[in-house]
Amino acid sequence: MTQATASGELYLSISNLWKAFGEFLALKDISLDIHEGEFICFLGPSGCGKTTLLRAIAGLDLQTKGSVMQDGKDVSNLPPSERDFGIVFQSYALFPNLTIEKNIAFGLENTGRDKSEIAVRVHELLELVGLPDQGTKYPAQLSGGQQQRIALARAIATNPGLLLLDEPLSALDAKVRVHLRHEIKELQRKLGVTTVMVTHDQEEALTMADKIVVMNQGVIEQVGSPTEIYREPANLFVADFIGEMNQLPATARGKAGISIGADSDIVKSQTHHFSDGETIVAAIRPEDVIPHGNGTSASDETDVIGDPENVFTVKLAEMEFLGSFWRCRLQNEYFGASELIADFSINAVRRFELEEGKDMVVELPQDRLMAFPRVEAN
Amino acid sequence: MTSPSTNISSMPPGPVIKSKLSRDDVIMRSGMIVIALYLVVTLAFPLYAMLSKSFSTYRFELSQYEMQVSDQDGVFDGAILNPVDLNAATGAYSDTDLSAGSDSRLPVTQLFPDFSFRSPVMYQIRNAQPGGRFLVGSTLHDDTEWTTLDSNSFRRVQLRPVKSTGFDNFVNYFSTPALFNSIKNSLFIAVVSTVVTVTLAFWFAYALNRSCMRFKGVFRLIAMAPILVPSLLPGIALVYLFGNQGMLKELLFGASIYGPIGIVIGSVFFTFPHAFLIISTALAISDARLYEAASSLRATPWRTFWTVTIPGARYGLISASFVVFNLVITDFGLPKVIGGQFNVLAVDIYKQVIGQQNFEMGAVVSVVLIIPAIFAFALDRYVQSKQVAALSARSVPYQPNPNPKMDRIFLIYSSLVGLFIVGILAVCQFAALIKFWPYDLSLSLNNYQFDKMDGGGWGSYYNSIKLGLITAVVGTAVIFFGAYLVEKSKGFRVGRSLFQMIAMLPMAIPGMVLGLAYIFFFNNPSNPLNVIYGTMAILVISAVTHFYTVSHLTAVTALKQMDREFESVSASLKQPTLKLFSRVTVPVCMPAVLDISIYLFVNAMTTVSAVVFLYSPKTSLASIAVLNMDDAGDIAPAAAMGMMIFYTNAAARILHLIASKGILRRTQAWRAR
Repeated sequence: MTQATASGELYLSISNLWKAFGEFLALKDISLDIHEGEFICFLGPSGCGKTTLLRAIAGLDLQTKGSVMQDGKDVSNLPPSERDFGIVFQSYALFPNLTIEKNIAFGLENTGRDKSEIAVRVHELLELVGLPDQGTKYPAQLSGGQQQRIALARAIATNPGLLLLDEPLSALDAKVRVHLRHEIKELQRKLGVTTVMVTHDQEEALTMADKIVVMNQGVIEQVGSPTEIYREPANLFVADFIGEMNQLPATARGKAGISIGADSDIVKSQTHHFSDGETIVAAIRPEDVIPHGNGTSASDETDVIGDPENVFTVKLAEMEFLGSFWRCRLQNEYFGASELIADFSINAVRRFELEEGKDMVVELPQDRLMAFPRVEAN
Repeated sequence: MTSPSTNISSMPPGPVIKSKLSRDDVIMRSGMIVIALYLVVTLAFPLYAMLSKSFSTYRFELSQYEMQVSDQDGVFDGAILNPVDLNAATGAYSDTDLSAGSDSRLPVTQLFPDFSFRSPVMYQIRNAQPGGRFLVGSTLHDDTEWTTLDSNSFRRVQLRPVKSTGFDNFVNYFSTPALFNSIKNSLFIAVVSTVVTVTLAFWFAYALNRSCMRFKGVFRLIAMAPILVPSLLPGIALVYLFGNQGMLKELLFGASIYGPIGIVIGSVFFTFPHAFLIISTALAISDARLYEAASSLRATPWRTFWTVTIPGARYGLISASFVVFNLVITDFGLPKVIGGQFNVLAVDIYKQVIGQQNFEMGAVVSVVLIIPAIFAFALDRYVQSKQVAALSARSVPYQPNPNPKMDRIFLIYSSLVGLFIVGILAVCQFAALIKFWPYDLSLSLNNYQFDKMDGGGWGSYYNSIKLGLITAVVGTAVIFFGAYLVEKSKGFRVGRSLFQMIAMLPMAIPGMVLGLAYIFFFNNPSNPLNVIYGTMAILVISAVTHFYTVSHLTAVTALKQMDREFESVSASLKQPTLKLFSRVTVPVCMPAVLDISIYLFVNAMTTVSAVVFLYSPKTSLASIAVLNMDDAGDIAPAAAMGMMIFYTNAAARILHLIASKGILRRTQAWRAR
């Protein structure tokens, strides 16, 4: 699905955007291109500047420096009313004293449409968001999820070229959220409207976005498709923020590979550019750790080790049953104080007869083992 | 990670992006500027005029002039006479005679003991320096040319005083015991009234919030009644009760009601609702969990009261104290009616301005009065900002448990307070209906024939209603729209915070002071706005400005509860902000809008101090009529008029209640689920 949208024309181009609040820099030299029809997520911890960036795109809080081009037009200093976008806020901001119909019709008035045209369009939108019978109610009479859909209908009523969603699902409970995620994505695909959504929820970003923009402390850490972001994080922050990631102290060994801790045998990892002897961090996701039993099991003969160098004998310190898999804490002298967390399937646990306290062999496959420069905690 | 430095200096130099203003931005900013200008013109400028007046002194400078006198044949011998020497020789004017007001004139013939307007002697006079001023008839001479006059014309020479700026007025004020004693008096009655009112109101509010006594609704209604009458009405009732021919005069054991006793009792009456409201709110938000904790720790009720109840209500108590203090010290009507020889600051202003036409001294007293008023106001704001922080706790409302003995005590106490309030009003109504107290006790409506009395007659009553309605409509529109602009417009931060500050100022300025300041500012012939002087317009402006702050705060509180993103949504939908304002903001805030309008109406009906300097014979008001009729000795008609204000305000309240219910049913239908 990513390739289908990436072919769109360049629609929104942000260059060298800065935003200062007094002495505090909320955005630092942000540049970003967004193509027509794309669903973009700004993802990051709170305070990373993602909402600030969204509000700059909308013109609600103007950037201090830098430019925003939308559809070939420089909109850098235009007020929101002269830009082309629809917006949905976390609070929905539905007008409480107007009926659902009137809320949706609010932006259609004074646009040259007559009353019957507006009524037709409102009905069409209510159908689109799946609430055809709710038009005469007031917002307070609807559930949170329904209100959210009305806010969406109001935002797209005038067919804006750009749809901005500011944490649209955060105020909803988990079940509704999962359901609406899917619906919003569906709707966006149907309308083909370029969409920017701000979220701090990585699952939301991974499931909905064509492209994720990971932000931290006012800068963009990485831009990429959900799979890229997950499988090939550009740096330790992205690796750590999205999904779970084991971080083990390690030492670079030139072109040959890396050592876990200071002096384990050399293991191979994804390509990297560290000088020999540099202290680094080796990272691997729990689900990428491959179990190989303890060398005594009969099934070992059928168990093929991919990278014979990347094998460690570990102690199974603790096992936690999480339903569809087991989460295991593995210890090894090279890991130092950190434990290696690995998710093993129920099958693997049964096959290798894994138990707490036993020793076992695990493989950290070369293509899944990443190396990052160490970051001083700040 | 490649995060660049967080230092602001890492941002490249160059101009900051300035937003292109949308049409809405322009409309909202100009609207805000217009309303801010309104406040500056109706508040800051007049206050400045008053302040500068208080520092202006006028004095006749005899050394500024030179004179010559001819012999009997009209021939001058060239000898130049100095009026200072002449005055020293004749003793015509003492030093105090020479200190003056801005309009004073001084005749010169008294400097010549043998002056006769029939004599053939000729006189010459000139200013020693340019800029000196004297009048011949009505012609002003301010050059240094000699003017030759026969004795008949010399009679019509009058010297004009010289204006200088300095602290002389204040020195004068503080060296006159009759004047500065009022400071002590004012502080005394304000402190005593505050202690009494806050104590009474606290137990009353406590009874209503923390006991299970009966008739709470009735008591709440009674407690609010004094708000509907001018502050001088209890004074009239007290005259009937304890005056020289009072019904209960003996209860005072020879003490006179005219003086501090009367002022304090009356002040307790008219400040009671204000204190009650504030303390009641403070008691209502107390947290039940604290009481559960206290009882589980086996604290005695007495200990619980001092460790939980009082600390919980302390901000309310402090705030109520400042409000009552401020109301009492700035009140004019009540001490005017019942103060007798006991001078207080607010009445001094009136006496200086109306009685002695000494505007400079009036300004000085005003400045003196502003100081405690601003002080109390500032402390109150400070305490209230603290209370907001205390409110954010997620508390459980306290539910009182029945306690037959305590409930009975509270019922008796509340009944006594209620009797006091109802009694005062009843005495006024009774007085209004009696033919001639205490000699002819038959009932009649004679006292309602206001047209036969001094004070403007029924016309002033209708004027009051007109003033109340215009103030309510215009004031609500201006204040609510101003609050909206300030709360919801984007950017323009300095302008907005400046506006907020100016909007807080009226509350700190006593009505008398505002009125006097208006005289100085609007009655100045060189002010193009002086056309409104003496019209209904200046009364409306004065009322709106005087009651601006509370209304503004009500509006701001309501607006803060609106979603901050409505304006953003509206802009993204390319709809004008004013459409949002009229379709959404006003309907949703309708309860607050109605509250502001009734507040303005009731206060415009009852205020005396804000309008006493500003009414003209054509725009006399009911509250002023009460004052003037009382002043003229027509106390019964004054009581009758006061009760007319009460009934009108009560009716307005009921109407407001019915109208609110109707309007709210339409505009607030969305509230029902």
